[in-house]
Amino acid sequence: MIISVASGKGGTGKTTIAANLALALAQNVQFLDCDVEEPNGHIFIKPEIEKTTTIGTPIPVVDEGKCTYCGKCQKICEYNAIAVILKNVLVFPELCHSCAGCWLICHENAISTRDRELGVLEQGKANGIDFVHGRLRLGEAMSPPLIRRVQQQLDMSKTIIIDSPPGTSCPVIQAVKHSDFVILVAEPTPFGLNDLKLAVEMVRTLKLPLGVVINRSDIGNENVRNYCQMEGIDILMEIKNDRKIAEAYSRGIPLIEIEPDYADRFRELYAQVERRVAR
Amino acid sequence: MKEIVIISGKGGTGKTTITAALASLVKNNVIADCDVDAADLHLILNPDIRQQEDFFSGKTAFIRQGDCTQCGKCVEVCHFDAISPDFVVDPVSCEGCGVCVAFCPAYAIDFNQNLCGQWFISKTRFGSLVHAKLGIAEENSGKLVSLVRKQAKQMAKKENAEYIIVDGAPGVGCPVISSITGASAVIVVTEPTLSGLHDMKRVVSLAGDFFQLSTFLCVNKADLNPDITEKMMEFCDTNGVHFAGRVPYDESTTRAMVEGKNIFEFKPGPAAAAIREIWAEVEDTLRGNKN
Repeated sequence: MIISVASGKGGTGKTTIAANLALALAQNVQFLDCDVEEPNGHIFIKPEIEKTTTIGTPIPVVDEGKCTYCGKCQKICEYNAIAVILKNVLVFPELCHSCAGCWLICHENAISTRDRELGVLEQGKANGIDFVHGRLRLGEAMSPPLIRRVQQQLDMSKTIIIDSPPGTSCPVIQAVKHSDFVILVAEPTPFGLNDLKLAVEMVRTLKLPLGVVINRSDIGNENVRNYCQMEGIDILMEIKNDRKIAEAYSRGIPLIEIEPDYADRFRELYAQVERRVAR
Repeated sequence: MKEIVIISGKGGTGKTTITAALASLVKNNVIADCDVDAADLHLILNPDIRQQEDFFSGKTAFIRQGDCTQCGKCVEVCHFDAISPDFVVDPVSCEGCGVCVAFCPAYAIDFNQNLCGQWFISKTRFGSLVHAKLGIAEENSGKLVSLVRKQAKQMAKKENAEYIIVDGAPGVGCPVISSITGASAVIVVTEPTLSGLHDMKRVVSLAGDFFQLSTFLCVNKADLNPDITEKMMEFCDTNGVHFAGRVPYDESTTRAMVEGKNIFEFKPGPAAAAIREIWAEVEDTLRGNKN
């Protein structure tokens, strides 16, 4: 089973939920941190990294000895990543989406490829958890291809927990789209509600089942609960706003370590998700 | 005219709260919300929308089943696994590259522009606001961010504004790169947690080392972990980052948000006082009174 933890708003507690869920299960679990722009899961899971792989994406290299400057490559490229100007071909690597259009269309076979580095993939283990995360190279704009590579490490024999990036656009879609269930983490504030609504719409567009965890549940107001009730969305768990929890978080200490009662609550959260997926 | 972008690396550190506070503190400014993916600034600024435009960007392939000969060429050339074995394009996976369109021997694939969202020009009690809403599950957030900034610049010229205050997105990817490229300065809002520290270092490196921008750091909820706050100040010292100040945890920030107010309007407490000092520090530095 693949469970994704996502949220429209950043900083609502995605990583807290995803990491503690993985740590509470601690058996036959794979943790994929798909927030490749700012991965934080490792701070709480503390894996021993065993393997680091540099991940690239192919971009065109033009052999001007073979090129006839016909301009077909420029015409097919929707991203303005290749231009033919008089007897020159210019490639703009950072604009290329690696669609292969230019090298497939070139009749002279004048285009080969080289890799643009997207970032690194790191894999490791920590007491019963297989850990994978991606780390986007600074300056690289496109995270979805690296997220795709993190997901290629899926081990379907395990319970898979995905920590998603925040938001509702392409990186999030890429992170959650193969899930069996999406846990949306929200805080009960006006910003939290606004971004929860966007996230719910996104998950519904993907036709995936979802439930909500309310973090810092005693701040703000009742509107997130009212919204969930009106929309028929189950609230799976609530976590109170507690200075002790926040301070432990700040030092990278998992919630279930300072509040051991939460281990059972996270296992119960998992059981709830399992029942809903089985339905 | 100076364009100041507020970013954070990690989400939820208080970017929008601080942007909304600066919006009222800085006189003669235009405000832009470039967190087009999960925009929240309007919840405080309560904009009166004066102009609304559709945002079209990117294309999606659509196979006309009646004309399709099921030859399989499109599936073969698609590098995004966006076409099913029965020749239906999944619009969510389609990157809009048009390679299938170019290679289809039956010319059976339509390729139309997507309506990806809307953008708005509004009046607010703190000045003009340019903002946007990216459609659900849509792409091209970077292009929408560029468009919002361009409109904000035009507006600032027209109004002869001294500052553009920009609320940015979390992360270090496409929308963040689009919102900081060519800006006058960035203010990184972080929190004193290991996650905050990790993410702050990445986004500071992106802004400072990669884009060579003048970078300020502001630690929100600084009293949560004074040791990490201290580390962040040291990091600023050794990395050429201007330390702009600390904002203490102040529960009136959430209560202000619930009432749709910024922290100066609600009940100016310790956080409000700190933000006032931070802005004075940023403005002094930008005017060259300090280095």
